[in-house]
Amino acid sequence: MSALLCAATTVMLVAACGGGSSGGSTGTAGASAGGDVTLEFSQWWEPELPANALRGMMDEFEAANPGIKVKLLSGPYASTKEQSVAGAAAGTMADVVGLDGAWVSDFVKQGAITDLSKLMKDSAYDESQLAAQIKINNATYMIPVVNFVYPLFTNDDLLKKAGVNAPPTNRTEFLDAAKKITALGGDTKGWVVPLSLEAPNGIQNDVMAWNWASCGTMLKDGKPDLTNADVKETVEFVKGMWDAKLVAPGALTMKEQDKVEEFTNGRVGMMIDSLAHVTLIRESNPNLKFSISAIPAKDGYSGKRGIPYASWGIGISENSKHKAEAFKLVSFLMNEKNNSKLASVANAFPGNTTAVPDFVQNDDLFKAAFDIYKAGYPANEFTGLPVAEELMRSFDEELQKTLNGDQTVDEMLTNAQAGWTKNF
Amino acid sequence: MSTSVKAGPRQSPRPGPTRPIGTPRKPWRRRVEPYVYVFPTVLLMVVLMLVPIVMVIRYSLYDNVIMKKEPVLAGIANYTEILTDPDFWNAVKNTAFFTGTSVVAHLVLGMAFAMMLNTPLLGNVTKAIFRVLFILPWLFTVAIIAVLWRLLLNPNGVLNYLLQTWGLADSKVEWLADPNLALYAVTFINIWSGYPFYMMSLLAGLQGIPRDLYEAATVDGASYWQRWWNVTVPQLRPIIVSIAMLDVIFTTQQFALIWMTTGGGPINVTEMLSTFTYKLAFNRYQFSLASASAVIIFVFSMVLAFFYVRYQKARD
Repeated sequence: MSALLCAATTVMLVAACGGGSSGGSTGTAGASAGGDVTLEFSQWWEPELPANALRGMMDEFEAANPGIKVKLLSGPYASTKEQSVAGAAAGTMADVVGLDGAWVSDFVKQGAITDLSKLMKDSAYDESQLAAQIKINNATYMIPVVNFVYPLFTNDDLLKKAGVNAPPTNRTEFLDAAKKITALGGDTKGWVVPLSLEAPNGIQNDVMAWNWASCGTMLKDGKPDLTNADVKETVEFVKGMWDAKLVAPGALTMKEQDKVEEFTNGRVGMMIDSLAHVTLIRESNPNLKFSISAIPAKDGYSGKRGIPYASWGIGISENSKHKAEAFKLVSFLMNEKNNSKLASVANAFPGNTTAVPDFVQNDDLFKAAFDIYKAGYPANEFTGLPVAEELMRSFDEELQKTLNGDQTVDEMLTNAQAGWTKNF
Repeated sequence: MSTSVKAGPRQSPRPGPTRPIGTPRKPWRRRVEPYVYVFPTVLLMVVLMLVPIVMVIRYSLYDNVIMKKEPVLAGIANYTEILTDPDFWNAVKNTAFFTGTSVVAHLVLGMAFAMMLNTPLLGNVTKAIFRVLFILPWLFTVAIIAVLWRLLLNPNGVLNYLLQTWGLADSKVEWLADPNLALYAVTFINIWSGYPFYMMSLLAGLQGIPRDLYEAATVDGASYWQRWWNVTVPQLRPIIVSIAMLDVIFTTQQFALIWMTTGGGPINVTEMLSTFTYKLAFNRYQFSLASASAVIIFVFSMVLAFFYVRYQKARD
């Protein structure tokens, strides 16, 4: 019997993700006996925020909107994703859903999330206050509530010891700095790049970031365009760093947390990383002196620089029976006061253009990052693409083969292009 | 004294087993009672096993489910696609190596440690200490094992430090990130985490072997190795076969350890059937293809389960 149970496990792994393909539209908001509407709000934000921060905001929302209650469905990022996928299939998605830009296209295809443009129009919402909207076919499906940008982190002490006076501003300076830092010897390396296939977001944050920083693109008319000169130069630059042995070892299975650890322990001079990790780095190594600057661009580039970002996005379920109430909650989180508050506790940049988080005024490092953010533009071409994580993973696999010397950059880009095109 | 019995009118004229004459018919409740006892188990098995299995088999016959509101029947197209996918066969090859090596190593290590813990040459306190030490890997959850070994095998980790300090390596070895080493590294981790199961099972078996058999073999002039081969191994064979079959099934389906250490990489050198199926479902959202892959693994597991059950019945 144990054997049979065990044999069934793999099958159940797949079965567990949804209750049926036809999708019963049951709606998830409930009305209590007193006539109150209870909105379900699924997200991964609450565990990442200080205790009671999000619940406190929900209490304020409930006080300001009598008759509406909010039930938070909180879990880690991966669980939230899996629950949302299952909920989308079964028609039981929460009324208000925390979204990652990488999920949007697939949920729209499933008809699981609703057109926010219509709700904004119905409630005469001022869209100009939103820093960004994620649109598919000219309709908004996700609003980024707060953004975590990925600037360049540099270890001040290592740079100084290596004779580098300032953080690099272009690729030649970066390469030069990486060589000098690596030349310090011991365990020290110039750059760190996480390429784990388990969480392949290193492709977005640490590799494609170089392309976007010089206004490059990987798309043409919304379709993959990986064989263009910008992407090729980016991959060649990364391969050049790899071949020169300037990259911290273990990159092919390294995850984002490993990258932060390498930097925090002073073993690498430079990394591209989320601003959300500043507090963690400070707490883990209070003696580490580090700076934040814009990601170096191509030599000679002087235009605006794209800065990669990840969002806590928000959307509303198509099956929700209380879309108007759900949009009230979205509006509440996006207004200047509350968006500032949420951005402040999350150490992120606000999705409302007029909101300014507290930490920008109190902390020089965050102020510098905010200036970089304002001077450039948020860039993440993976947002809104179908099976975005899978696109990153297939690019990652091809890049790993290239770094391993199994194929040329041109072959890699041709293969990656072919792999991506199948999904569009 | 003789007794004659007249055939009653209710006696069945048909041949076959009949209720003994004079035995009262069981009341309805007595006849239903056994079914009531097994009903909860049957219900659980239907809900937790039969329904998901049937659902997944059904899913595997559609073009795509969950992501598609109106899936279309696709017959065996998903099976054809999976079975002609080179990535699937790469996963099969890796899984076969991972499972085969793990099971053999588990058996060898488990037997060696079990014999050490059963030897009269060591004192009880020493054996108790070793028993605790040897069983430790089994006490950790997979997540802890993955994190532990990621740290130990990190290029800047303890193992590399020791190898370099002792002059056994010139540079840092990327155990999990080097495409030439990663499969061996994850297999080693799996061996480390799984041998205590064998050790404990075989130790229990060793302690149950009658001393008379060894004494008789000694009297017959058998050496230590002859006693081991002709007494110990045959006595342990039922346990060895059972745990090896179970281990093959468990190891074939190992997912968490691979996912948390390498994610199937670098490139695809540690891609297993479990990670291949997971990626189809939760990264590519190809739930029908994933279902077809899961069904293929399921069939393989059922074949093993069949032999396991048959072996158990033969023993009984």
